[in-house]
Amino acid sequence: MSKSTFVYVTFIRTIPEHLWSALTTPQFNEQYWFGMRCESAWTRGSPWKLLYGDGRVADIGQIVEADPPRRLVIKWRNEWNPELKAEGDSLCTFEIETVPDVSPAAVKLSITHSIEQAESKFIHAVSGGWPRILSNLKSLLETGTIALKSSKAA
Amino acid sequence: MNQPDLLFKALADPSRRALLDLLYANDGQRLSELCRHLDMTRQSVSQHLELLQAANLVATRRRGREKLHFLNPVPLQDIYERWISKFERPRLKALHDLKRRLEGTHK
Repeated sequence: MSKSTFVYVTFIRTIPEHLWSALTTPQFNEQYWFGMRCESAWTRGSPWKLLYGDGRVADIGQIVEADPPRRLVIKWRNEWNPELKAEGDSLCTFEIETVPDVSPAAVKLSITHSIEQAESKFIHAVSGGWPRILSNLKSLLETGTIALKSSKAA
Repeated sequence: MNQPDLLFKALADPSRRALLDLLYANDGQRLSELCRHLDMTRQSVSQHLELLQAANLVATRRRGREKLHFLNPVPLQDIYERWISKFERPRLKALHDLKRRLEGTHK
């Protein structure tokens, strides 16, 4: 079966523990994920949810792997849009690597998001968001403020 | 060289921009697939890909023995925010629309 895969890589001047906490803490999520937050126990097998600011569920899934602060794999599907939901589960892998020999400390964050479906509309919908989410995450961790306030960028 | 310099250098070449367009059209390609679409030696394509990787515009993933190349749009988003977004976006959009209408492109 064909597959849609997207890969996003960014370098952030921070340490792995801070980045892990930014990915797994709802109050932290809201600051860079355009008001959305993730809820989970962040252990293998535990449920995972992505919620809008008002508490509506956007996406649901399960933690497939959790190795803090290095690797997180989430089985993830859309919950509110029937067309996207019908595509089923996607797999989203977060990898955090320390960049060797740099000062100040920096990490490489790689996100690989894939689904067993060619031309996936779900991945397309999510992927439109990743670069802006990551840009926000980077500026939040590096400077304490975010670059973009709204998800409705032109 | 710092990251913005690497990025603009990587973009300042038509072959490398063509490689990015090829990956945009069909992400996750092998070197041999990319070579098929370009009138260049395998070695030149490989060198262009290395520069794109140094600029973080291309990321690679292994699948068995194959190395797949993916377009990483994150640095482009950074350029967008640093050099475009903050400079009067509405007026830029009006100019862009006008240019498109006058030039009759249908994208």
